[in-house]
Amino acid sequence: MYQVGNLVKELSDKHGHARENLIPILQDIVQKHNYLTDEAMVEVAKELDISAAEVYGTASFYTFLDTQVRGKYVIRVCKTITCSMKGKSDIIHTLEDILKIKVGETTADRQFSLIETNCIGWCHKAPAVLINDMPYTELTPEKISDIIKDYMKK
Amino acid sequence: MENNGLNKVDLIFEKIDAKQVLSKAFKMSNADIIQNMLDSGLKGRGGAGFPTGLKWKYTAAEKSAEKYIVCNADEGEPGTFKDREILDRVSVKVHGGMAIAGKAIGAKTGIVYLRGEYRYLLPKLMIELDAFHRMIHEIGFDFNIQYRMGSGAYICGEESALFESIEGKRGEPRNKPPYPTVSGVFEKPTSINNVETLVTAMMIIFHGSKNFTQYGTKDSRGSKVFSVSGDTPTPGIFELELGMTVQQFVNEFGDGDTKAVQVGGASGFCVPRKKFAETIIGFEGVPTGGSMKLFNSSRSMYNVLHNYLDFFAEESCGQCTPCRVGCQQLLKGVEKVKKGESKSTYLSELVKLADTMKIAAKCGLGQSVGNAFKSIVSNFKEEIIY
Repeated sequence: MYQVGNLVKELSDKHGHARENLIPILQDIVQKHNYLTDEAMVEVAKELDISAAEVYGTASFYTFLDTQVRGKYVIRVCKTITCSMKGKSDIIHTLEDILKIKVGETTADRQFSLIETNCIGWCHKAPAVLINDMPYTELTPEKISDIIKDYMKK
Repeated sequence: MENNGLNKVDLIFEKIDAKQVLSKAFKMSNADIIQNMLDSGLKGRGGAGFPTGLKWKYTAAEKSAEKYIVCNADEGEPGTFKDREILDRVSVKVHGGMAIAGKAIGAKTGIVYLRGEYRYLLPKLMIELDAFHRMIHEIGFDFNIQYRMGSGAYICGEESALFESIEGKRGEPRNKPPYPTVSGVFEKPTSINNVETLVTAMMIIFHGSKNFTQYGTKDSRGSKVFSVSGDTPTPGIFELELGMTVQQFVNEFGDGDTKAVQVGGASGFCVPRKKFAETIIGFEGVPTGGSMKLFNSSRSMYNVLHNYLDFFAEESCGQCTPCRVGCQQLLKGVEKVKKGESKSTYLSELVKLADTMKIAAKCGLGQSVGNAFKSIVSNFKEEIIY
Protein backbone atom coordinates (compact mmCIF):
# COMPACT_ATOMS: atom_id res chain seq x y z
CA MET A 1 0.00 0.00 0.00
CA TYR A 2 1.15 3.50 -0.75
CA GLN A 3 0.31 6.74 1.02
CA VAL A 4 -1.50 9.20 -1.23
CA GLY A 5 -0.33 12.24 0.73
CA ASN A 6 -0.79 15.43 -1.26
CA LEU A 7 -0.95 13.68 -4.64
CA VAL A 8 -4.74 13.77 -5.04
CA LYS A 9 -4.89 17.44 -4.10
CA GLU A 10 -2.08 18.31 -6.51
CA LEU A 11 -3.72 16.38 -9.36
CA SER A 12 -7.15 17.89 -8.70
CA ASP A 13 -5.64 21.35 -8.78
CA LYS A 14 -3.77 20.49 -11.99
CA HIS A 15 -6.73 18.98 -13.87
CA GLY A 16 -9.57 20.90 -12.20
CA HIS A 17 -12.32 19.86 -9.83
CA ALA A 18 -15.10 19.36 -12.40
CA ARG A 19 -16.64 15.90 -12.85
CA GLU A 20 -15.07 15.41 -16.28
CA ASN A 21 -11.60 15.46 -14.75
CA LEU A 22 -12.21 12.33 -12.69
CA ILE A 23 -10.66 9.92 -15.19
CA PRO A 24 -7.50 11.99 -15.90
CA ILE A 25 -6.94 12.27 -12.13
CA LEU A 26 -7.38 8.51 -11.62
CA GLN A 27 -5.14 7.83 -14.63
CA ASP A 28 -2.37 9.99 -13.18
CA ILE A 29 -2.57 8.19 -9.84
CA VAL A 30 -2.29 4.86 -11.68
CA GLN A 31 0.62 6.23 -13.74
CA LYS A 32 2.47 6.88 -10.48
CA HIS A 33 1.40 3.96 -8.31
CA ASN A 34 -0.06 1.41 -10.79
CA TYR A 35 -3.32 0.92 -8.89
CA LEU A 36 -5.94 2.76 -6.86
CA THR A 37 -6.26 2.27 -3.12
CA ASP A 38 -9.56 2.83 -1.29
CA GLU A 39 -7.91 5.75 0.44
CA ALA A 40 -6.96 7.35 -2.88
CA MET A 41 -10.48 6.96 -4.26
CA VAL A 42 -12.04 8.47 -1.12
CA GLU A 43 -9.62 11.42 -1.38
CA VAL A 44 -10.56 11.95 -5.04
CA ALA A 45 -14.27 11.86 -4.11
CA LYS A 46 -13.68 14.57 -1.51
CA GLU A 47 -11.73 16.78 -3.91
CA LEU A 48 -14.36 16.52 -6.68
CA ASP A 49 -17.26 16.63 -4.21
CA ILE A 50 -18.85 13.41 -5.49
CA SER A 51 -19.58 10.15 -3.69
CA ALA A 52 -16.82 7.59 -3.22
CA ALA A 53 -19.17 5.02 -4.78
CA GLU A 54 -19.22 7.05 -7.96
CA VAL A 55 -15.43 7.13 -8.06
CA TYR A 56 -15.22 3.39 -7.48
CA GLY A 57 -18.01 2.75 -9.98
CA THR A 58 -16.13 4.66 -12.65
CA ALA A 59 -12.69 3.22 -11.85
CA SER A 60 -13.92 -0.37 -11.78
CA PHE A 61 -15.38 0.01 -15.28
CA TYR A 62 -11.94 0.48 -16.82
CA THR A 63 -9.50 -2.43 -16.86
CA PHE A 64 -6.46 -0.13 -16.77
CA LEU A 65 -7.71 1.63 -13.60
CA ASP A 66 -6.89 -1.24 -11.30
CA THR A 67 -8.45 -1.27 -7.86
CA GLN A 68 -6.39 -4.20 -6.61
CA VAL A 69 -2.73 -4.21 -5.67
CA ARG A 70 -0.38 -4.17 -8.65
CA GLY A 71 3.38 -4.32 -8.81
CA LYS A 72 5.76 -1.63 -10.01
CA TYR A 73 5.75 -3.23 -13.47
CA VAL A 74 2.41 -4.44 -14.78
CA ILE A 75 2.86 -6.98 -17.57
CA ARG A 76 -0.21 -7.28 -19.79
CA VAL A 77 -0.02 -10.17 -22.23
CA CYS A 78 -2.34 -9.89 -25.23
CA LYS A 79 -4.62 -12.93 -25.45
CA THR A 80 -6.68 -12.00 -28.51
CA ILE A 81 -6.73 -14.23 -31.55
CA THR A 82 -3.54 -13.40 -33.47
CA CYS A 83 -1.34 -13.30 -30.38
CA SER A 84 -3.05 -16.46 -29.22
CA MET A 85 -2.25 -18.13 -32.57
CA LYS A 86 1.35 -16.93 -32.57
CA GLY A 87 2.55 -18.24 -29.23
CA LYS A 88 0.93 -16.27 -26.41
CA SER A 89 0.85 -19.39 -24.22
CA ASP A 90 4.63 -19.85 -24.48
CA ILE A 91 5.11 -16.24 -23.40
CA ILE A 92 2.80 -16.73 -20.41
CA HIS A 93 4.59 -19.94 -19.35
CA THR A 94 7.98 -18.26 -19.62
CA LEU A 95 6.80 -15.33 -17.52
CA GLU A 96 5.22 -17.62 -14.92
CA ASP A 97 8.51 -19.54 -14.67
CA ILE A 98 10.70 -16.48 -14.28
CA LEU A 99 8.43 -14.56 -11.93
CA LYS A 100 7.17 -17.63 -10.00
CA ILE A 101 3.61 -16.35 -10.13
CA LYS A 102 0.46 -17.27 -12.06
CA VAL A 103 -1.62 -15.03 -14.33
CA GLY A 104 -3.50 -12.53 -12.16
CA GLU A 105 -0.87 -12.51 -9.40
CA THR A 106 1.76 -10.06 -8.16
CA THR A 107 5.24 -11.03 -6.98
CA ALA A 108 5.84 -10.93 -3.22
CA ASP A 109 8.31 -8.06 -3.61
CA ARG A 110 5.59 -6.07 -5.43
CA GLN A 111 7.80 -5.61 -8.48
CA PHE A 112 5.76 -7.45 -11.14
CA SER A 113 2.12 -8.21 -11.87
CA LEU A 114 1.20 -10.63 -14.64
CA ILE A 115 -2.17 -10.27 -16.33
CA GLU A 116 -3.80 -11.01 -19.66
CA THR A 117 -5.44 -8.32 -21.74
CA ASN A 118 -7.51 -7.95 -24.89
CA CYS A 119 -6.14 -6.81 -28.27
CA ILE A 120 -3.48 -4.10 -27.86
CA GLY A 121 -3.11 -3.36 -31.58
CA TRP A 122 0.09 -5.23 -32.51
CA CYS A 123 -1.44 -8.19 -34.37
CA HIS A 124 1.05 -7.86 -37.24
CA LYS A 125 3.90 -8.26 -34.75
CA ALA A 126 2.37 -10.92 -32.51
CA PRO A 127 2.80 -12.05 -29.82
CA ALA A 128 2.89 -8.76 -27.94
CA VAL A 129 2.81 -7.52 -24.35
CA LEU A 130 2.61 -4.17 -22.61
CA ILE A 131 4.86 -3.52 -19.64
CA ASN A 132 3.25 -0.47 -18.04
CA ASP A 133 2.92 1.78 -21.12
CA MET A 134 5.60 0.20 -23.31
CA PRO A 135 4.74 -2.32 -26.01
CA TYR A 136 7.10 -5.25 -26.72
CA THR A 137 6.41 -7.19 -29.90
CA GLU A 138 7.38 -10.23 -31.99
CA LEU A 139 8.24 -12.00 -28.77
CA THR A 140 9.83 -15.36 -28.24
CA PRO A 141 10.40 -17.04 -24.86
CA GLU A 142 14.09 -15.99 -25.08
CA LYS A 143 13.27 -12.40 -25.95
CA ILE A 144 10.72 -11.91 -23.17
CA SER A 145 13.03 -13.45 -20.55
CA ASP A 146 15.81 -11.04 -21.57
CA ILE A 147 13.38 -8.12 -21.32
CA ILE A 148 12.17 -9.16 -17.86
CA LYS A 149 15.73 -9.72 -16.63
CA ASP A 150 16.51 -6.14 -17.67
CA TYR A 151 13.50 -4.92 -15.69
CA MET A 152 14.68 -6.94 -12.68
CA LYS A 153 17.95 -4.99 -12.70
CA LYS A 154 16.15 -1.63 -12.67
CA MET B 1 0.98 -0.41 -59.48
CA GLU B 2 -1.04 -3.50 -60.43
CA ASN B 3 -0.57 -6.51 -58.24
CA ASN B 4 -2.96 -9.46 -58.25
CA GLY B 5 -5.62 -6.98 -59.31
CA LEU B 6 -4.91 -4.88 -56.21
CA ASN B 7 -4.16 -1.23 -56.63
CA LYS B 8 -1.80 0.08 -53.96
CA VAL B 9 -2.41 3.72 -53.11
CA ASP B 10 -0.36 6.22 -51.13
CA LEU B 11 -2.75 8.83 -49.82
CA ILE B 12 -2.75 8.45 -46.06
CA PHE B 13 1.02 8.42 -45.55
CA GLU B 14 1.86 10.65 -48.54
CA LYS B 15 4.16 13.51 -47.59
CA ILE B 16 2.42 16.85 -48.01
CA ASP B 17 2.97 20.48 -47.10
CA ALA B 18 0.38 20.57 -44.32
CA LYS B 19 0.55 24.33 -43.96
CA GLN B 20 -0.25 24.83 -47.62
CA VAL B 21 -3.26 22.48 -47.49
CA LEU B 22 -4.57 24.10 -44.32
CA SER B 23 -4.11 27.59 -45.79
CA LYS B 24 -6.17 26.45 -48.79
CA ALA B 25 -8.89 25.07 -46.49
CA PHE B 26 -8.87 28.26 -44.43
CA LYS B 27 -9.71 30.31 -47.51
CA MET B 28 -12.55 28.01 -48.58
CA SER B 29 -16.12 28.67 -47.44
CA ASN B 30 -17.53 26.21 -44.92
CA ALA B 31 -20.24 25.17 -47.36
CA ASP B 32 -17.55 24.53 -49.96
CA ILE B 33 -15.55 22.28 -47.61
CA ILE B 34 -18.67 20.27 -46.78
CA GLN B 35 -19.65 20.05 -50.45
CA ASN B 36 -16.18 18.64 -51.21
CA MET B 37 -16.78 15.88 -48.63
CA LEU B 38 -20.25 15.13 -50.02
CA ASP B 39 -18.93 15.00 -53.60
CA SER B 40 -16.07 12.72 -52.61
CA GLY B 41 -18.47 10.07 -51.30
CA LEU B 42 -16.18 9.54 -48.31
CA LYS B 43 -17.64 7.18 -45.72
CA GLY B 44 -16.34 6.85 -42.18
CA ARG B 45 -13.23 4.69 -41.95
CA GLY B 46 -13.85 3.37 -38.45
CA GLY B 47 -16.11 0.63 -39.81
CA ALA B 48 -19.67 1.91 -39.62
CA GLY B 49 -19.33 3.88 -42.85
CA PHE B 50 -21.56 6.90 -42.24
CA PRO B 51 -21.02 9.53 -44.99
CA THR B 52 -18.57 12.09 -43.57
CA GLY B 53 -20.02 14.99 -45.57
CA LEU B 54 -23.48 14.40 -44.11
CA LYS B 55 -22.12 14.19 -40.58
CA TRP B 56 -20.38 17.55 -41.02
CA LYS B 57 -23.43 19.06 -42.74
CA TYR B 58 -25.79 18.06 -39.91
CA THR B 59 -23.41 19.31 -37.21
CA ALA B 60 -22.84 22.58 -39.09
CA ALA B 61 -26.61 23.12 -39.27
CA GLU B 62 -27.02 22.97 -35.46
CA LYS B 63 -27.21 26.33 -33.76
CA SER B 64 -24.94 26.27 -30.72
CA ALA B 65 -22.21 28.50 -29.37
CA GLU B 66 -20.20 25.41 -28.47
CA LYS B 67 -19.54 22.48 -30.78
CA TYR B 68 -16.89 19.78 -30.80
CA ILE B 69 -14.82 17.74 -33.19
CA VAL B 70 -13.90 14.44 -31.60
CA CYS B 71 -11.28 12.19 -33.13
CA ASN B 72 -12.01 8.57 -32.31
CA ALA B 73 -8.58 7.03 -31.71
CA ASP B 74 -9.89 4.29 -29.44
CA GLU B 75 -8.87 1.67 -31.96
CA GLY B 76 -9.80 -1.53 -30.15
CA GLU B 77 -11.24 -3.86 -32.77
CA PRO B 78 -9.16 -7.03 -32.75
CA GLY B 79 -6.89 -7.01 -35.78
CA THR B 80 -6.89 -3.25 -36.28
CA PHE B 81 -3.71 -1.26 -35.77
CA LYS B 82 -3.75 1.30 -38.60
CA ASP B 83 -4.78 4.29 -36.46
CA ARG B 84 -1.76 3.82 -34.21
CA GLU B 85 0.50 3.79 -37.25
CA ILE B 86 -1.23 6.87 -38.73
CA LEU B 87 -0.88 8.84 -35.49
CA ASP B 88 2.70 7.74 -35.13
CA ARG B 89 3.72 8.68 -38.67
CA VAL B 90 1.44 11.54 -39.78
CA SER B 91 -0.22 13.10 -36.74
CA VAL B 92 -0.13 16.48 -38.50
CA LYS B 93 -2.68 15.15 -40.98
CA VAL B 94 -4.96 13.87 -38.19
CA HIS B 95 -4.80 17.23 -36.41
CA GLY B 96 -5.16 18.97 -39.79
CA GLY B 97 -8.33 17.03 -40.62
CA MET B 98 -9.74 18.06 -37.24
CA ALA B 99 -8.98 21.74 -37.86
CA ILE B 100 -10.66 21.58 -41.28
CA ALA B 101 -13.68 19.80 -39.82
CA GLY B 102 -13.77 22.31 -36.96
CA LYS B 103 -13.88 25.21 -39.37
CA ALA B 104 -16.57 23.54 -41.50
CA ILE B 105 -18.96 22.86 -38.61
CA GLY B 106 -18.10 25.87 -36.46
CA ALA B 107 -16.21 24.15 -33.63
CA LYS B 108 -13.27 25.71 -31.82
CA THR B 109 -12.35 22.66 -29.79
CA GLY B 110 -11.13 19.28 -30.89
CA ILE B 111 -10.67 16.30 -28.59
CA VAL B 112 -8.61 13.24 -29.51
CA TYR B 113 -9.69 10.20 -27.50
CA LEU B 114 -6.66 7.93 -27.60
CA ARG B 115 -6.82 4.39 -26.27
CA GLY B 116 -4.77 3.71 -23.13
CA GLU B 117 -2.84 0.96 -24.89
CA TYR B 118 -1.23 3.67 -27.05
CA ARG B 119 -0.17 5.95 -24.20
CA TYR B 120 3.50 5.46 -25.10
CA LEU B 121 2.83 7.68 -28.14
CA LEU B 122 1.64 10.61 -26.03
CA PRO B 123 4.95 12.46 -25.32
CA LYS B 124 5.77 12.57 -29.06
CA LEU B 125 2.21 13.56 -29.99
CA MET B 126 2.27 16.44 -27.48
CA ILE B 127 5.41 17.88 -29.10
CA GLU B 128 3.85 17.53 -32.56
CA LEU B 129 0.60 19.06 -31.35
CA ASP B 130 2.43 22.14 -30.00
CA ALA B 131 4.02 22.71 -33.40
CA PHE B 132 0.67 22.14 -35.07
CA HIS B 133 -1.07 24.73 -32.88
CA ARG B 134 1.61 27.31 -33.71
CA MET B 135 1.18 26.61 -37.42
CA ILE B 136 -2.63 26.88 -37.56
CA HIS B 137 -2.73 29.98 -35.37
CA GLU B 138 -0.34 31.63 -37.84
CA ILE B 139 -2.77 30.78 -40.65
CA GLY B 140 -5.63 32.21 -38.62
CA PHE B 141 -7.53 29.17 -37.36
CA ASP B 142 -9.33 29.67 -34.04
CA PHE B 143 -9.04 26.02 -33.04
CA ASN B 144 -7.40 24.00 -30.28
CA ILE B 145 -6.97 20.29 -29.75
CA GLN B 146 -6.66 18.38 -26.49
CA TYR B 147 -6.03 14.71 -25.81
CA ARG B 148 -8.06 12.46 -23.53
CA MET B 149 -6.85 8.97 -22.74
CA GLY B 150 -8.87 5.79 -22.61
CA SER B 151 -8.19 3.17 -19.95
CA GLY B 152 -8.67 -0.20 -21.56
CA ALA B 153 -12.34 -0.43 -22.50
CA TYR B 154 -13.22 -1.64 -26.02
CA ILE B 155 -16.75 -0.25 -25.69
CA CYS B 156 -15.39 3.31 -25.53
CA GLY B 157 -14.85 3.11 -29.30
CA GLU B 158 -18.66 3.32 -29.53
CA GLU B 159 -19.28 7.02 -30.03
CA SER B 160 -21.70 7.73 -27.20
CA ALA B 161 -19.71 5.57 -24.75
CA LEU B 162 -16.66 7.59 -25.78
CA PHE B 163 -18.49 10.83 -24.91
CA GLU B 164 -19.45 9.43 -21.51
CA SER B 165 -15.81 8.54 -20.92
CA ILE B 166 -14.62 12.05 -21.88
CA GLU B 167 -17.15 13.38 -19.38
CA GLY B 168 -15.46 11.29 -16.69
CA LYS B 169 -18.05 8.53 -16.40
CA ARG B 170 -18.35 4.80 -17.02
CA GLY B 171 -18.22 4.18 -20.75
CA GLU B 172 -21.82 3.09 -21.15
CA PRO B 173 -23.49 3.84 -24.51
CA ARG B 174 -26.41 6.25 -24.58
CA ASN B 175 -29.79 5.81 -26.20
CA LYS B 176 -30.08 7.25 -29.70
CA PRO B 177 -31.57 9.60 -30.76
CA PRO B 178 -30.40 12.22 -30.04
CA TYR B 179 -27.47 11.60 -32.35
CA PRO B 180 -24.04 13.16 -31.72
CA THR B 181 -24.60 15.80 -34.41
CA VAL B 182 -27.36 17.18 -32.14
CA SER B 183 -26.13 16.21 -28.68
CA GLY B 184 -22.68 14.70 -28.39
CA VAL B 185 -19.93 15.32 -25.88
CA PHE B 186 -21.04 17.63 -23.03
CA GLU B 187 -24.45 17.48 -24.77
CA LYS B 188 -23.18 19.81 -27.51
CA PRO B 189 -23.36 19.19 -31.26
CA THR B 190 -20.40 16.96 -32.07
CA SER B 191 -18.87 15.49 -35.17
CA ILE B 192 -17.00 12.35 -34.19
CA ASN B 193 -14.71 10.94 -36.85
CA ASN B 194 -12.19 8.14 -37.05
CA VAL B 195 -8.45 8.94 -37.29
CA GLU B 196 -8.20 7.74 -40.89
CA THR B 197 -11.39 9.57 -41.93
CA LEU B 198 -9.89 12.88 -40.78
CA VAL B 199 -6.66 12.26 -42.69
CA THR B 200 -8.63 11.28 -45.80
CA ALA B 201 -10.72 14.45 -45.46
CA MET B 202 -7.54 16.56 -45.45
CA MET B 203 -6.26 14.71 -48.52
CA ILE B 204 -9.57 15.33 -50.32
CA ILE B 205 -9.06 19.06 -49.73
CA PHE B 206 -5.50 18.68 -51.07
CA HIS B 207 -6.26 16.59 -54.18
CA GLY B 208 -9.89 17.66 -54.80
CA SER B 209 -12.92 15.41 -54.54
CA LYS B 210 -12.78 14.50 -58.27
CA ASN B 211 -9.37 12.88 -57.89
CA PHE B 212 -10.61 10.93 -54.91
CA THR B 213 -13.67 9.53 -56.72
CA GLN B 214 -11.38 8.03 -59.38
CA TYR B 215 -10.60 5.33 -56.85
CA GLY B 216 -12.96 2.67 -55.58
CA THR B 217 -16.54 1.81 -56.48
CA LYS B 218 -19.89 3.60 -56.35
CA ASP B 219 -20.58 2.40 -52.81
CA SER B 220 -17.00 2.44 -51.55
CA ARG B 221 -15.12 5.45 -52.82
CA GLY B 222 -11.40 5.92 -52.53
CA SER B 223 -8.77 3.85 -50.82
CA LYS B 224 -8.42 2.47 -47.33
CA VAL B 225 -5.71 1.40 -44.96
CA PHE B 226 -5.91 -2.31 -44.17
CA SER B 227 -4.42 -3.98 -41.10
CA VAL B 228 -3.30 -7.42 -42.25
CA SER B 229 -2.48 -10.16 -39.75
CA GLY B 230 -2.78 -13.87 -39.03
CA ASP B 231 -1.47 -16.55 -41.37
CA THR B 232 0.25 -14.35 -43.92
CA PRO B 233 3.88 -14.01 -44.99
CA THR B 234 3.45 -10.21 -45.11
CA PRO B 235 1.60 -8.91 -42.04
CA GLY B 236 1.39 -5.13 -41.74
CA ILE B 237 -0.37 -2.02 -42.95
CA PHE B 238 -1.35 -1.55 -46.58
CA GLU B 239 -3.35 1.16 -48.30
CA LEU B 240 -5.43 -0.34 -51.10
CA GLU B 241 -8.06 0.85 -53.51
CA LEU B 242 -11.53 -0.25 -52.42
CA GLY B 243 -13.60 -2.68 -54.46
CA MET B 244 -11.39 -5.80 -54.47
CA THR B 245 -12.72 -9.28 -53.81
CA VAL B 246 -11.54 -11.42 -50.91
CA GLN B 247 -9.97 -13.70 -53.54
CA GLN B 248 -7.79 -10.88 -54.88
CA PHE B 249 -6.82 -10.02 -51.33
CA VAL B 250 -5.94 -13.63 -50.53
CA ASN B 251 -3.90 -13.96 -53.74
CA GLU B 252 -1.75 -11.08 -52.52
CA PHE B 253 -1.58 -11.76 -48.79
CA GLY B 254 -2.40 -15.44 -48.29
CA ASP B 255 0.12 -18.17 -47.51
CA GLY B 256 -1.28 -20.51 -50.17
CA ASP B 257 -3.42 -22.38 -47.66
CA THR B 258 -5.95 -19.75 -46.57
CA LYS B 259 -9.23 -21.29 -45.52
CA ALA B 260 -10.98 -18.23 -44.10
CA VAL B 261 -10.60 -14.47 -43.79
CA GLN B 262 -12.18 -12.57 -40.93
CA VAL B 263 -13.09 -9.18 -42.40
CA GLY B 264 -13.77 -6.35 -39.93
CA GLY B 265 -12.41 -7.92 -36.75
CA ALA B 266 -14.31 -9.75 -34.03
CA SER B 267 -17.43 -7.75 -34.84
CA GLY B 268 -17.05 -8.45 -38.57
CA PHE B 269 -17.70 -11.38 -40.87
CA CYS B 270 -15.89 -14.62 -41.52
CA VAL B 271 -15.57 -15.38 -45.24
CA PRO B 272 -14.82 -19.06 -46.07
CA ARG B 273 -12.70 -20.13 -49.06
CA LYS B 274 -15.71 -21.06 -51.22
CA LYS B 275 -16.99 -17.48 -51.02
CA PHE B 276 -13.67 -15.66 -51.64
CA ALA B 277 -14.36 -14.99 -55.32
CA GLU B 278 -17.87 -13.60 -54.92
CA THR B 279 -17.30 -11.41 -51.85
CA ILE B 280 -16.32 -7.78 -52.28
CA ILE B 281 -14.49 -6.00 -49.46
CA GLY B 282 -16.46 -2.79 -49.01
CA PHE B 283 -19.92 -1.49 -48.28
CA GLU B 284 -21.46 -3.53 -51.12
CA GLY B 285 -20.08 -6.74 -49.61
CA VAL B 286 -18.34 -7.13 -46.29
CA PRO B 287 -17.52 -3.75 -44.69
CA THR B 288 -14.40 -3.34 -42.60
CA GLY B 289 -12.68 -0.77 -40.46
CA GLY B 290 -9.52 -2.29 -41.88
CA SER B 291 -9.07 -5.47 -39.88
CA MET B 292 -8.17 -8.42 -42.13
CA LYS B 293 -7.20 -11.68 -40.44
CA LEU B 294 -6.19 -14.70 -42.44
CA PHE B 295 -6.56 -18.24 -41.14
CA ASN B 296 -4.98 -21.26 -42.80
CA SER B 297 -6.10 -24.87 -42.61
CA SER B 298 -4.02 -25.56 -39.48
CA ARG B 299 -6.34 -23.31 -37.44
CA SER B 300 -9.40 -24.47 -35.56
CA MET B 301 -12.31 -22.15 -36.27
CA TYR B 302 -13.76 -23.26 -32.93
CA ASN B 303 -10.76 -21.66 -31.23
CA VAL B 304 -11.23 -18.52 -33.30
CA LEU B 305 -14.91 -18.27 -32.38
CA HIS B 306 -14.22 -19.06 -28.74
CA ASN B 307 -11.56 -16.34 -28.61
CA TYR B 308 -13.97 -13.77 -30.07
CA LEU B 309 -16.83 -14.72 -27.73
CA ASP B 310 -14.49 -14.58 -24.74
CA PHE B 311 -13.48 -11.11 -25.92
CA PHE B 312 -17.09 -9.91 -26.18
CA ALA B 313 -18.13 -11.44 -22.86
CA GLU B 314 -15.34 -9.43 -21.22
CA GLU B 315 -15.82 -6.22 -23.17
CA SER B 316 -19.62 -5.99 -23.01
CA CYS B 317 -20.32 -2.99 -20.77
CA GLY B 318 -23.06 -4.94 -19.01
CA GLN B 319 -25.63 -2.20 -19.25
CA CYS B 320 -28.23 -4.00 -21.38
CA THR B 321 -29.34 -7.58 -20.77
CA PRO B 322 -29.32 -8.88 -24.36
CA CYS B 323 -25.60 -8.16 -24.68
CA ARG B 324 -24.46 -8.88 -21.12
CA VAL B 325 -26.24 -12.23 -20.84
CA GLY B 326 -26.20 -12.98 -24.55
CA CYS B 327 -22.39 -12.88 -24.86
CA GLN B 328 -21.98 -15.14 -21.83
CA GLN B 329 -24.57 -17.63 -23.07
CA LEU B 330 -23.12 -17.81 -26.59
CA LEU B 331 -19.72 -18.55 -25.05
CA LYS B 332 -21.08 -21.20 -22.67
CA GLY B 333 -23.25 -22.59 -25.45
CA VAL B 334 -20.45 -23.33 -27.92
CA GLU B 335 -18.38 -24.82 -25.08
CA LYS B 336 -21.23 -27.21 -24.24
CA VAL B 337 -21.71 -28.24 -27.86
CA LYS B 338 -17.97 -28.82 -28.23
CA LYS B 339 -17.83 -30.99 -25.09
CA GLY B 340 -20.90 -32.93 -26.22
CA GLU B 341 -22.95 -31.72 -23.24
CA SER B 342 -25.46 -30.19 -25.62
CA LYS B 343 -26.71 -31.62 -28.90
CA SER B 344 -25.45 -30.05 -32.12
CA THR B 345 -29.02 -28.81 -32.79
CA TYR B 346 -28.48 -26.44 -29.84
CA LEU B 347 -26.39 -24.34 -32.25
CA SER B 348 -29.58 -23.24 -34.01
CA GLU B 349 -30.94 -22.03 -30.66
CA LEU B 350 -27.74 -20.03 -30.21
CA VAL B 351 -28.18 -18.52 -33.68
CA LYS B 352 -31.66 -17.37 -32.60
CA LEU B 353 -30.09 -15.76 -29.53
CA ALA B 354 -27.55 -13.96 -31.75
CA ASP B 355 -30.46 -12.71 -33.91
CA THR B 356 -32.26 -11.44 -30.81
CA MET B 357 -29.12 -9.61 -29.71
CA LYS B 358 -28.97 -7.89 -33.10
CA ILE B 359 -32.48 -6.52 -32.59
CA ALA B 360 -32.48 -5.94 -28.84
CA ALA B 361 -28.97 -4.85 -27.84
CA LYS B 362 -28.56 -1.16 -27.14
CA CYS B 363 -25.42 -0.47 -29.16
CA GLY B 364 -23.23 -1.71 -31.96
CA LEU B 365 -21.26 -4.08 -29.74
CA GLY B 366 -24.15 -6.38 -28.84
CA GLN B 367 -25.73 -5.95 -32.26
CA SER B 368 -22.65 -7.15 -34.10
CA VAL B 369 -21.65 -10.17 -31.99
CA GLY B 370 -23.91 -12.20 -34.25
CA ASN B 371 -21.87 -11.27 -37.35
CA ALA B 372 -18.85 -13.35 -36.42
CA PHE B 373 -20.91 -15.94 -34.57
CA LYS B 374 -23.29 -16.71 -37.41
CA SER B 375 -20.73 -16.54 -40.19
CA ILE B 376 -18.36 -18.91 -38.39
CA VAL B 377 -21.06 -21.32 -37.18
CA SER B 378 -22.76 -21.53 -40.56
CA ASN B 379 -19.57 -21.98 -42.58
CA PHE B 380 -17.60 -24.17 -40.17
CA LYS B 381 -20.32 -26.07 -38.34
CA GLU B 382 -18.38 -29.34 -38.28
CA GLU B 383 -15.39 -27.63 -36.62
CA ILE B 384 -17.64 -26.21 -33.89
CA ILE B 385 -19.32 -29.56 -33.15
CA TYR B 386 -16.45 -32.08 -33.47
